[in-house]
Amino acid sequence: MTAHPDPAPREPAEDDYRRRLAAVRPRLQSFALLHLRDRTQAEDAVQEALVAAIEKHDAFAGRSGYETWVFGILKYKILDAMRAQKRHGRWEPLHDEADDEAIDRQFQHSGRWQPQARPSAWGEPEAAFENDHFWQVFDACMIGLPDNLARVFSLRELMGLSTGDICHEVGIKENNCWVMLHRARLRLRACIERGWLTEETTC
Amino acid sequence: MLMCQQATRLMSLKLDRPLRLGERLSLRLHLAMCGACRECDRQFTLLHGVGERFAPERQDGKEPQDGEETK
Repeated sequence: MTAHPDPAPREPAEDDYRRRLAAVRPRLQSFALLHLRDRTQAEDAVQEALVAAIEKHDAFAGRSGYETWVFGILKYKILDAMRAQKRHGRWEPLHDEADDEAIDRQFQHSGRWQPQARPSAWGEPEAAFENDHFWQVFDACMIGLPDNLARVFSLRELMGLSTGDICHEVGIKENNCWVMLHRARLRLRACIERGWLTEETTC
Repeated sequence: MLMCQQATRLMSLKLDRPLRLGERLSLRLHLAMCGACRECDRQFTLLHGVGERFAPERQDGKEPQDGEETK
C-alpha cells in the first residue's frame, strides 16, 4: 500500500460530458440570444444552465439525449429570464402601430402584393437550412425584428410552445398572438429574401 | 374573394391552429391562382421549421444512438 494513494481518477464519462457542454455552448448561446434579445442576459441564462447541468449530472443518469436535456434546462432558464424582463417593465407595448405600417407597405389597398414586395422563389428548403449564409441572414433579420414580434416568433418556432402557452407566458389574447406571428413571418420572409437574394439585411 | 394580404394571414394561421373548412377552401382557391402567394406559403412553411437548427441531429457532438424522439 502506498503512503499517498493516487486520487480516484475522474470518471471518463464525466470528462466526456464536460467536453460536450463546451461543444454545445455556442448553440446554447445562439438559442438564448434569439429569445432574450440581450447578449448579457443570454450569457447569464446559458451560464446558469451549464452550472445546473453539471450540478444535476447525476439526475441525467446516462439517459439518451444529453444535449437535448441541457437544452431543456436552458429553456426553463430562458423562460425565467423572460418573466423577469416582463416584471421589470422591459417589454415594449404589445401593440405597436409601426408593425401595421411595415405590413401595409407590402400590400396595395386592394390587398394585392405591392410589385416590389412580391415573393420570389428561394429554391429547395433543405438546401437553405444546410447553408451557413442562410443562417447569417436569418440571425440578422431576427435582430431587425421588433422585440415583441421576435419574442413571440422565437417562443413559437424555436422553443416550440403552442400559441396557447405563449399567450399565458406573454399575457396576451390568442388572437393577438396569431396577429403577431403573421406580422413576424411577413417581415422575416421579406427581410430574408432581400438578404438571401441581394446580400442586404435591413428589416 | 380572398386577396393576397388575407391569404398570407391564413397561411400563417394554419401553422398555429387547424383552419376551418371555409378558411381552407378560400386559401386553396387563392393559392391555385396566385404564384406569388404560393411562394410565400412555401417560405412561411420553411420558416416554421427553423427550430431544426437546434435539433440534436444537427450537432457535431455524438448523440447516443437510442432513437429517442426529441421534438
